[in-house]
Amino acid sequence: MITIPYLTALTTYFSYGLLFAFGQFRDFFRKIFDWWHSSNLEGYAPICLGLEDFYIRRLYLRIQDCFGRPIASAPDAWFDVVERYSNDNNKTLKRTDKISRCLNLGSYNYLGFAAADEYCTPRVIDSLCRFSASTCSTRVEGGTTTLHKELEECVANFVGKPAAVVFGMGYVTNSAILPVIIGKGGLIISDSLNHNSIVNGARGSGATIRVFQHNTPSHLEKVLREQIADGQPRTHRPWKKIIVVVEGIYSMEGELCKLPEIVAICKKYKAYVYLDEAHSIGAVGKTGRGVCELLGVDTADVDIMMGTFTKSFGSCGGYIAGSKELIQYLKYTCPAHLYATSISPPSAQQIISSIKVILGEDGSSRGAQKLARIRENSNFFRSELQKMGFEVLGDNDSPVMPIMLYNPAKIPAFSRECLKQNVAVVTVAFPATPLLLARARICISASHTKEDLLKALEVISQVGDMVGIKYFPAEPNKQQQDQQQQQPGKDTIKLD
Amino acid sequence: MELAALNLVNATLNWITFALDAPSARAVVFGVHIGGHLFVEVLLLVVILFLLSQKSYKPPKRPLTKKEIDELCDEWVPESLIPPITQEMLSESPVLESAAGPHTIIDGKEVVNFASANYLGFVGHDKLLESCTSVLEKYGVGSCGPRGFYGTIDVHLDCEARIAKFLGTHDSILYSYGLSTLFSAIPCFCKKGDIIVVDEGVHWGIQNGLYLSRSTIVYFKHNDMESLEKTLEKITAQNKRAKKLRRYIVVESVYQNSGQIAPLDKIIKLKEKYRFRVLLDETNSFGVLGRTGRGLTEYCGVPIEKIDIVTAAMGHALATEGGFCTGSARVIDHQRLSSSGYVFSASLPPYLASAAITAIDILEQNPDLTSKLKENIAILWKGLSDIRGLSIASNPESPIVFLVLEKSTGSVKSDLHLLEDIADRALKQESIFVVVSKRSTLDKCPLPVGIRLFVSAAHSESDLLKACESLKRVAAAMLR
Repeated sequence: MITIPYLTALTTYFSYGLLFAFGQFRDFFRKIFDWWHSSNLEGYAPICLGLEDFYIRRLYLRIQDCFGRPIASAPDAWFDVVERYSNDNNKTLKRTDKISRCLNLGSYNYLGFAAADEYCTPRVIDSLCRFSASTCSTRVEGGTTTLHKELEECVANFVGKPAAVVFGMGYVTNSAILPVIIGKGGLIISDSLNHNSIVNGARGSGATIRVFQHNTPSHLEKVLREQIADGQPRTHRPWKKIIVVVEGIYSMEGELCKLPEIVAICKKYKAYVYLDEAHSIGAVGKTGRGVCELLGVDTADVDIMMGTFTKSFGSCGGYIAGSKELIQYLKYTCPAHLYATSISPPSAQQIISSIKVILGEDGSSRGAQKLARIRENSNFFRSELQKMGFEVLGDNDSPVMPIMLYNPAKIPAFSRECLKQNVAVVTVAFPATPLLLARARICISASHTKEDLLKALEVISQVGDMVGIKYFPAEPNKQQQDQQQQQPGKDTIKLD
Repeated sequence: MELAALNLVNATLNWITFALDAPSARAVVFGVHIGGHLFVEVLLLVVILFLLSQKSYKPPKRPLTKKEIDELCDEWVPESLIPPITQEMLSESPVLESAAGPHTIIDGKEVVNFASANYLGFVGHDKLLESCTSVLEKYGVGSCGPRGFYGTIDVHLDCEARIAKFLGTHDSILYSYGLSTLFSAIPCFCKKGDIIVVDEGVHWGIQNGLYLSRSTIVYFKHNDMESLEKTLEKITAQNKRAKKLRRYIVVESVYQNSGQIAPLDKIIKLKEKYRFRVLLDETNSFGVLGRTGRGLTEYCGVPIEKIDIVTAAMGHALATEGGFCTGSARVIDHQRLSSSGYVFSASLPPYLASAAITAIDILEQNPDLTSKLKENIAILWKGLSDIRGLSIASNPESPIVFLVLEKSTGSVKSDLHLLEDIADRALKQESIFVVVSKRSTLDKCPLPVGIRLFVSAAHSESDLLKACESLKRVAAAMLR
């Protein structure tokens, strides 16, 4: 639950209203102009209908330089951002040869495996030479190599489940698995802020979908009770099965899932738990085993564990871990296993090697150091930002920390000013967040040094003053601030 | 007597009228004499209003009590998460011990590989390995972010430009996985109410995209142009609103489920006649068909501008991974913010993008690769044309040679079982690695299953002849 001050809400609405009005105004003239020139569609309906791309044309394009900035190096603690320019008011951006070395606060490089690594990279290149870049085949056909077998065992062992299956893309993992395990007559209860891949998977499954308030176990229980009592819509037959889908760390909120409570409720009501650990696996927990380890949940209580390798492991792809039978069934019928090219062998090797480093099986203590480092870095950075008076979302230990911006004009202002001072931050706006709740998101990495973090804090504080996003009073009033957060006064409205 | 009775009635009536008029005998309201009948009417009105004001009968609503809900929750027994495991679910796919080139090692034995769509023989190609190695050293493995958030690496932009230049389109967009390309791109352009006419034999990626788009979907018979024309005619004639809706024809260039090649020139004629847009999946034809490997458009002599949206997975001829979509600038730009698989997923690992660039470079420099592939397909075709018990269902120029049972056993399951036994025997006894087209329970494709051979330019003539001989031997032994 984010509380947004009245005045801010008002100015934000006003800004969007103004942008919308101007956009409509320009569209109106564009229409007259087009009519003059007579359209060349000749009986085809336009490929993008009027309002469908209104947001892109009239709002997004104005600030598109803040998104999709190309980089010319590995996404490590520091990286090279390619400069771009535009000759047509930001409609198209052209690359230049110029680069600026920036501090990277945007990549999901939680454990610092994105750059070349002394242990991983030589092994990755070895497997490239041995297995080539691709198998050109699906897993059930000719796409299973010894490396894939090893990877699946390694992942199952790492997450603490009897078996696992891996796919070449995290998004596909979610969107192709859900339709296999649930269908018509089933019910998916999904957190309101779940990732788009889960939403798409749930839609594709044909099951009924209900949403519970973000990370609120009490509301989940209410929904479960209502649904079990009511049964399927119209026929009122009992549900075939119920799957509750939650994420370990919510990527746009930085919040940890209240897993122990949710698991207890699911157990009570016999619902299955599907946990998406895209951002948490490898990043949190004493040995990097994700939220289950951090929050003390037995992995046996989570029926389906999903995660991706893009983040902490610096590779690509995703996995599903579960009981032996579940994995056997998935391997028999999951379309991503049957029809999609198997994960690229060098990427598979990167995952195996990085897991070995995390577990200390490479014979060094680098993994443990990385894990300690990311925890320290995250907690330090979060507390410093809070002290400065930023509205920071998320829980301790989570390496993702969103800073609320709200106003549309503050999105490009914050992003561009930070970049000017060689700090690359990610700003997130619609469609990834609700329209009003635009934010900047900072992802901390174990490869950041103390100096990096201090520099980042200095720049962010300075830009924060300039842009006016320190919505809370600074340090001395810490107690007051806590109270304010707990009991929003009369001058705030609540938004889910 | 009658007169007396009439008098009596009249007297009674008079008396009643008098009695009714009595209370308001001389009352005049707005110049109207209030007679007794008015009194009666007012009385009636009051009664009607009273009745109307009464609530109709409804059974009292009694929500479930807490205890009842508790009981219901206790009683509810969910199905198990997955159906019981059967014998066929336990089958394990063969494990490769080396790269999936034209020859590979399975169980310590060298076999000829027909299971990888390594059409141009790029698996293990030195130049590809070289470019991958240098990119791996510079950029690491993963990109650690979606394209919007610093996951765009200059290699991606180069790769997009290279593909667009190779195909002669305006722009292209990279996806990080072949399977997600279509099921992300279709819902971008088709929404509820739009009409999609689609071949019934399309693969699951397209089926899923169609389902997610929630458009009106009409299937036509597999690769049957008459059926397509009839369908288009029916839709445009039936639906007066059709002109205002977006209309698409979705086809694959080489069907993964049958090896048939779509007659693009005919489709374009129909498309222009009925004003539909065409969405073409070039997964199995990119780098294969046409004189220089530019795909089905080159093969059929159709300018690529006539196709509105072209997609392809790169895990086939290019021997890398991921997928791309190419077309006009408007089509591509729209996807960059609307396509869920692009916006919400981490980008393609840069080394795979560089492999794609290198693969296209090699293809452009060696136009004889496609002709070599063509020769190989012809050899295999000739060798398998008289195989017993099986028949070739694919097009003579398709790089997928698709063998189906001449006499189906009656059910897909037992067909599959029989074919799997053949493939198994070919692998174990003859060292020929072929695979059976598997079907997911989610897949709605009605075409028959079969043995699929992916031909590669890297197969030698002796490999192909050996495969033909072996398959014939196995088929003769198994299908008597």
